[in-house]
Amino acid sequence: MSMIELTIDNKRIKVDKDSTILEAARQAGITVPTLCYLEGVHQVGSCRVCVVEVKGSKNLVPSCITKVQNGMKVITNSERVRNARRTMVNLLLSNHPDDCLACAKNQKCELQQLAYQLNIRENPFEGQPSRAVYDDSSPAIIRDSSKCILCRRCLTVCNSVQKVSVLAPLGRGYDTVISPAYGQTVMEATCVQCGQCTTVCPTGALVEKSYIEDVWNALADPSKHVVVQIAPAIRASIGECFGYEPGTVLTGKLVGAVKALGFDKVFDTNFTADLTIMEEGSELLHRISSGGKLPMITSCSPGWINFVEQFYGDILDHVSTCKSPQQMFGSVIKTYYAQKMGIDPANIYSVSVMPCTAKKYEARREEMQSSGFWDVDAVLTTRELAAMINEAGIQMDKIDEQNFDIPFGEGSGAGAIFGNTGGVMEAALRTVYKLVTGEELENVELTDVRGLKGIKEATIRLGGRDVSVAVVHGLGNIREILDQIREGKSPYTFIEIMCCPGGCIGGGGQPTPTNHETRKKRIEGLYKADRNLEIRRSHQNPYVKMIYEEFLGAPLGELSHKLLHTHYRDRRTVQ
Amino acid sequence: MSVTLKQAEQKDVELVDRIISAYEGQPGSLIPVLHETQKVLGFLPRWAQDRIAQRLNISPSEVNSVVSFYSLFSEKPKGKYCIGVCKGTACYVKNSEGIIEKLQKELGIEVGDTTDDGMYSLEVLRCLGACGLGPIVTVNEKVYTRMKPEKVRDMLRDIEDMEKRGE
Repeated sequence: MSMIELTIDNKRIKVDKDSTILEAARQAGITVPTLCYLEGVHQVGSCRVCVVEVKGSKNLVPSCITKVQNGMKVITNSERVRNARRTMVNLLLSNHPDDCLACAKNQKCELQQLAYQLNIRENPFEGQPSRAVYDDSSPAIIRDSSKCILCRRCLTVCNSVQKVSVLAPLGRGYDTVISPAYGQTVMEATCVQCGQCTTVCPTGALVEKSYIEDVWNALADPSKHVVVQIAPAIRASIGECFGYEPGTVLTGKLVGAVKALGFDKVFDTNFTADLTIMEEGSELLHRISSGGKLPMITSCSPGWINFVEQFYGDILDHVSTCKSPQQMFGSVIKTYYAQKMGIDPANIYSVSVMPCTAKKYEARREEMQSSGFWDVDAVLTTRELAAMINEAGIQMDKIDEQNFDIPFGEGSGAGAIFGNTGGVMEAALRTVYKLVTGEELENVELTDVRGLKGIKEATIRLGGRDVSVAVVHGLGNIREILDQIREGKSPYTFIEIMCCPGGCIGGGGQPTPTNHETRKKRIEGLYKADRNLEIRRSHQNPYVKMIYEEFLGAPLGELSHKLLHTHYRDRRTVQ
Repeated sequence: MSVTLKQAEQKDVELVDRIISAYEGQPGSLIPVLHETQKVLGFLPRWAQDRIAQRLNISPSEVNSVVSFYSLFSEKPKGKYCIGVCKGTACYVKNSEGIIEKLQKELGIEVGDTTDDGMYSLEVLRCLGACGLGPIVTVNEKVYTRMKPEKVRDMLRDIEDMEKRGE
């Protein structure tokens, strides 16, 4: 790494020669405001908010895309720079709706924060409002183009990161609107509902559909028995909404806060993650022994399911028929739990807290009514749950820690790591090893499948044969693996796929910002949760054993089939 | 796409496929393919955009983004008489906007649309290089110079006469 020297605001600093001015300024402890910039993902210099003066250059330069040079003299805070930035933001505000008070992004909007930071108190420009397309067709994502500032971050994550390529700029100039092709709605387009766009949108143009009101209403209804399940990834991320460091595991406080909201029972999705492992592990072994379709691919991630149905509908028989842990929970709650507790399932309102927007979509798939009702009535994202906790005036740092409720409050460490890339694979192998060999895997930690590499591979010695597995996260990485399957050349027996980069801990419903650093820390948090649990293997979860004894019978049995497994549809629009 | 493709005439699909085949595998072939497709179909229907996207291995949203960006591409069928009004600087300052407003009122359509009977479509042109004669209005290949909103009705009557004479 060769270093160069430059001056920023009269401060001499040494930085790597490939740095941008923005990076150099940040290293020197100088804040340059940005708007369209998204570190490492989207750096195009379109919004011009980060402009700075460079001695010898006639024009102001955008610091996020301008490389440093030896001896460069940069001024980040002159009158000219301040005026330019304000003009830029004022122009953006000139056609922006001013309903901030009622906006889903109020106080989390980067445009609003920027206007505040730049001391904008009035706007000299009065612009015609931009073309407004309001699309609430999806149960997961709402698109409101009137709030769009055309920064194109969403395009970058949709096209370059996830490579789903649903969004594009349509039209030109003033009439440009970021939209699916032909002005389709989110539901008409081949959107996978992953919600990565909602985590990068700086304004309220792309947000999750909120179910907060539905949940408050259910909680206020005395005839309803309201239960909630909390996904593994939430415990390692929700703290960020309350000022904790990313990766802080807040399981006990989280349960305490959710109980304080008035839920009748608070359960842990880790329980059905364990159940998933029992079913999925058995399915894998059945496929291996009976000559079934291999490789088998995991099915927990609803964004991935949407992707495979819409783009690779010809290889659906490779996808495990297991429902996701959320949906397994839903059907078990309104059958087994209802019977056990003597509650009419019609009066049970089942909520889930998920790091995910695609889970909202999944809960509304018509086949997800195997209990005779919607198995899951409402899905809240991590962000929505945090908003409810705030609204209720609950202080996370003061609330007492509590335990999940019985019988679905116990999850193994294997269930906990379902929330990160590699976790389902690791959890499955811990149990499959036992099912095949009759012995427990000595070292439960399979480091080969850990980490943030796009595609991870490992070979496991199982019952006298080598089994090749792969772990993929982020849809942008999976086409290669799926094309191999299509051509019949896949070297793997079992593949874990998670839709979002980093897995569920980087899901579309997670707190912002979600970046490489936060993903890493949340993953560390979940591995720590795993290490701290006494039971780290799904098949050792006593309540999993109990539900098979009392209700389900055996994995892959008749009841399992009815309640815990599902089917997929080929939804390809292009064949 | 399967639905829209079924609605398309088989011979049109073959025409489009032939155009794509000529360019397949060449980088930067999207715009020439769109050009030639519009030349044979008269416009770029959705099925054709989907087909092009699939065969060139790019997303439909990218194809549609390009189509909607360039004003020379049209996603709607053109009328038998395509009326273009120049909005270049010279024509603009000589009130081409007024002409457009008048035409929109007379035809009952917006810029970029075609009348229900398929007779007229209205579009905006960029400078034709005849600024001294502006504002310029074109009807297919015919050019009307020094146009005014008051002369729009006469022009439309002209077209009706042409139609009656079967020109």
